[in-house]
Amino acid sequence: MTETLLEALSLLGGFDHRLLQIVGLSLRVSLTALAIGALVGLPIGAWLAVTDFRGRGALIVALNALMGLPSVVVGVLVYLVLSRSGPLGAYGLLFSPTAMIVAQTVLVVPLIAAVTRQIVEDAWRDYAPELSLIGISRRQAVALLLADCRFSLSVATLAGLGRAMSEVGAVMIVGGNIDGYTRVMTTAIALETSKGDLALSIALGIVLMSIIVALNVAAHHVRGWAARRYG
Amino acid sequence: MFPLRLAGLRFAPEGRAVLDGVDLELSGEGISVILGPNGAGKTLLLRLLAGLLPAHGGSILWGNSTQPDGRLAMVFQQPMLLRLSVLTNVEFALRPQTLSAGERKARTLAVLERVGLAHRARDSARLLSGGERQRLALARAWAMRPRLLLLDEPTASLDPTATEAVETIIREIRTEGAKVLMTTHNLGQATRLADDIIFLADGRVQEHETASRFFARPHSPAARAYLQGELPWRIAFDR
Repeated sequence: MTETLLEALSLLGGFDHRLLQIVGLSLRVSLTALAIGALVGLPIGAWLAVTDFRGRGALIVALNALMGLPSVVVGVLVYLVLSRSGPLGAYGLLFSPTAMIVAQTVLVVPLIAAVTRQIVEDAWRDYAPELSLIGISRRQAVALLLADCRFSLSVATLAGLGRAMSEVGAVMIVGGNIDGYTRVMTTAIALETSKGDLALSIALGIVLMSIIVALNVAAHHVRGWAARRYG
Repeated sequence: MFPLRLAGLRFAPEGRAVLDGVDLELSGEGISVILGPNGAGKTLLLRLLAGLLPAHGGSILWGNSTQPDGRLAMVFQQPMLLRLSVLTNVEFALRPQTLSAGERKARTLAVLERVGLAHRARDSARLLSGGERQRLALARAWAMRPRLLLLDEPTASLDPTATEAVETIIREIRTEGAKVLMTTHNLGQATRLADDIIFLADGRVQEHETASRFFARPHSPAARAYLQGELPWRIAFDR
């Protein structure tokens, strides 16, 4: 056990090329998925918070339910869409980092949208009388509230990144876990553990945990700074 | 838009009448102050006029129309301030108007100058003091160039210096041609600002007089008791 741990630390300390490649791809895939997910999920959530229409309640319930969507199910759905016989099969995206980005985006959009909806709706409840009296349109309200709630929404975005980086099922199915091409931290950990190469698994686990902790520490400090700077 | 006529205005959520037959006529000039005990429906009356709540009976006529044809602004007792700069907190209120970004910014800076907040334009609005927050809210309303400005206890919990600054701004807004309709519990403020007083009690307008006449000779028992400092619950209890 101690020997394995030392080996893992040695891989980290020696900036092992394979390890760095896996970490780099993981960050590229998850951060891209997060950026797209935030661009889509934040306005959807905010729009849902400030509008009232028939079926809104059902849509919110559905969105909340989608937060818990199993990643393997997303993997299968994206696989069907991107496979050769699927509607987007002609693009040849299956078993590529792009397919993994698509799958992770599908996973994070409902999460970001649902949390955004809740945060923005609380603010909207307080602001609605004045904003409606001023004559602010729904579109303008969405933009204003997203700006006003930006620091709380950073938590929603962070939750999305956590989900994207830690999931394994979807990227395994649509990426294929191809060495040097679509292998990311979670799929590598699963594979190397099953092969008995615990050192690489532990090293990747340490990196994964460090990234998640670092992001949370950063978010904590940003919120603290924002509270002092913006009240 | 004026005269503004309220006839038999009623607001009775779940059958409990808070306003019950409010009759009132307001001209388009000056500062009208609504006085009355807590729970008389002063804020509610402003919200009904602003269209934030639907009345359960009666009518509101703006000139000959059921809708105001001029701009209307309202400053709430606890004004909404976005976690954005002082400048943006005024500027966003001009976005529904057909102004260019440059015009919006110029008008915003001009009005911030007039309320003494130009030097804080880049600061966060949430870090302002109570008096500065209220001045910012007034600046936002002023920038909209309203024909009618509704103010709900604009100086509640402000110190005398901040109160004086707010009162000065209210007078300037009036001078520029806006009709001001405000509520207050501060009788000194009502004396200083009001052209006419609307005394509201028991869900109705008990008196609508010029300020000098109201303070010299209030004719309703409720208004006399209110001015003598009797507690509102006592009035209700005695009745």
